[in-house]
Amino acid sequence: MANAAKMTVTDEVAIQITAMNKWYGQFHVLRDINITVNRGERIVICGPSGSGKSTLIRCINRLEEHQQGQIVVDGTELTNDLKNIDKVRSEVGMVFQHFNLFPHLTILENLTLAPIWVRKVPKKEAEETAMYFLQKVKIPEQAHKYPGQLSGGQQQRVAIARSLCMKPRIMLFDEPTSALDPEMIKEVLDTMISLAEDGMTMICVTHEMGFAQAVANRVIFMDQGQIVEQNEPKEFFNNPKSDRTKLFLSQILGH
Amino acid sequence: MSDSSFIRSEMLQPQIPPVSERGIVKWLRENLFSGWLNSILTILALVALYFALSNSLPWVLNGVWDAGSLNDCRAILAARGEDAVGACWAVLSRWNQFIYGFYPVELYWRPTLAAALLIVALAPVLYFGLRRPTTYMTGGIGLLLLLSLFGLKTDTWHIGLAAAVFGALTAVAWLLPKKLLYVTLAFPGIGFWLLWGGSAWGPVAVMIGLGLVGALALWTIPRIGMILAALLAALLFLSWFMDPISSVLDFFGMILGWVLAPETVASILRPVAGLRDLLPLQPHVSGGLQSLLPVSLEQVDSDQFGGFLLAFVIGVTAISASLPIGIVLALGRRSDMPLVKMICVGFIEFVRGVPLITMLFTASLLLQYFLPPQTNFDLILRVIILVTLFAAAYIAEVVRGGLAALPRGQYEAADALGLDYWQAQRLIILPQALKISIPGIVSSFIGLFKDTTLVALVGLADPLQGIRKIVLADTDWKGIYWEPFIFVGCIFFVVCFSMSRYSMYLEQKLKTDHR
Repeated sequence: MANAAKMTVTDEVAIQITAMNKWYGQFHVLRDINITVNRGERIVICGPSGSGKSTLIRCINRLEEHQQGQIVVDGTELTNDLKNIDKVRSEVGMVFQHFNLFPHLTILENLTLAPIWVRKVPKKEAEETAMYFLQKVKIPEQAHKYPGQLSGGQQQRVAIARSLCMKPRIMLFDEPTSALDPEMIKEVLDTMISLAEDGMTMICVTHEMGFAQAVANRVIFMDQGQIVEQNEPKEFFNNPKSDRTKLFLSQILGH
Repeated sequence: MSDSSFIRSEMLQPQIPPVSERGIVKWLRENLFSGWLNSILTILALVALYFALSNSLPWVLNGVWDAGSLNDCRAILAARGEDAVGACWAVLSRWNQFIYGFYPVELYWRPTLAAALLIVALAPVLYFGLRRPTTYMTGGIGLLLLLSLFGLKTDTWHIGLAAAVFGALTAVAWLLPKKLLYVTLAFPGIGFWLLWGGSAWGPVAVMIGLGLVGALALWTIPRIGMILAALLAALLFLSWFMDPISSVLDFFGMILGWVLAPETVASILRPVAGLRDLLPLQPHVSGGLQSLLPVSLEQVDSDQFGGFLLAFVIGVTAISASLPIGIVLALGRRSDMPLVKMICVGFIEFVRGVPLITMLFTASLLLQYFLPPQTNFDLILRVIILVTLFAAAYIAEVVRGGLAALPRGQYEAADALGLDYWQAQRLIILPQALKISIPGIVSSFIGLFKDTTLVALVGLADPLQGIRKIVLADTDWKGIYWEPFIFVGCIFFVVCFSMSRYSMYLEQKLKTDHR
């Protein structure tokens, strides 16, 4: 279980999403989204597939464009201004469902690439940082292998380390364990829990309800592109208010 | 019940497979006699092979190497027996024309040296500056060069100089293989100078100009933006190599000439007439350097080029220039900017829709009409430009295939890490896309190299048609047929097969997916 004492939430706002709407052509994927995330908060977003939860967190680092409303990340508003987008992206780390490691580079090169080219960190320093984070995700011995030689769980931990090497202030997780075998899910979740214990601001799209109960201080339930219910994990799981939430919870916890 | 219960008490050890699954027996069974159909096919193939070789091998092997003319050959063959067959390889005493065209015989050392330097320039690129292959390639070609120079009866003094230079290059390859890339960078200038001769400062001034344009673009892009920087670079390029001022003056003169008398126009333009001699800058720079320090080789004109020398000049230049142009076109075709996309799509589709021969005729006849009147391009240069553009369109489509094959996650991961467009392309996307495209790119290169023989249609002496006809025009060899084709074909095969093997090496080398 996570060490809750260390996980402090501050009053400082990290992400502010106001009246945000997004369409794919005619299809209204995200409808009137309002979320405020404080620094140090750990938020779990869940919901049925197609509910827009991945699209929502992909809007936060502008992998997807929103058409209406406002998204402010660390005081920078996301608009078409490329400079602002690059600034936000270098402050926000993202972990994908399918890892998206660069297969033509070694693990160490995967980790040092962005610090060297975006942050202009000297190569040696970048490598030291990379080794530190590889220690942290417990696979320093794999540094000189290629991603294709690692197991899924190891690849996902490398992907987390790759994001951490940019020293982000916010981490986004887009279903990080959905593509993994059950045996490997735990090693990735452990990594995420230890990250939460270090006070990282995190937004996770996940169906790992055990993880949500252990580290989240808020659970957001989405359906049909809108936020249906959000609450503290204890209340959310034990005493869901909306019928839609109750149905969803009975389906995913039922087996 | 006891039937369904089983517990293994000890694990089995691995054993050697049976005889039929080992060695040559297994290979024969699997590859030649795996079933009755394959056995029949194997036997049929052996029979066919026997008939093909029993007719052609004696002809090749009984060939006459030592004769002065085709009639001599026939006499020698007739003396061997009534129905003796044999090729007349003696025609290959004209090998030098197939290789060097009409290049002056006493200057053969120059293209030979250029070819050797080309290999040295390629070595660090082909082998990523890996020490061992780079050194072997440099040292090997150095030895070959010395042997060739010896065979060409070059002065001992020159051979000694070449030995010293290639010794030094081999040492550099061993100690600092990546530094050989400077040879690669300088090679276009050196190669041009060795082949065409003239003042050494001409190519130097061209390279300085290109370097300045590149440096200006790199320096200004982050400061004043892409479009302004490109305009500025284009302006520098024009003033270095062409004469935009005269063109502008002529244009205004023409407009004024419609309404004013010629003398009035002349008097209006007189104060600025001095500007006409200002540009282009390149001849001023090269002329100035030449007068300070004259370095020159005897000039050889383009109409003396021919044979494989011509094929290699066109092929190598077009290959090395079409890859970067093709990559830019492929990226442009996938660009979000509608104008860029439209230009790239238009160019690619236009070029792919037109036969290469049309482009070659354009090069030889039409191109002059489209260019400013003062510019006078050499025919070989014009052909190179159009062959390059032709190849670039095909390369662009091959590379686009590679780009499309990359999963979207790679683009997203690069974006999410904060890499900008060019960083993402250079570090993440292109290395993977090009790796996927290697077979297609190399096919295009091989096709391009073989297509260089089409320049015969615009009057250049390619090895297959041009030179062969000239050899046949000699009364001694009139009537000979297969032998020149086979000789030229063998050289083409060696070059194209090497490219194909290199592409396989490269694919193996870059394989990191471990599937």
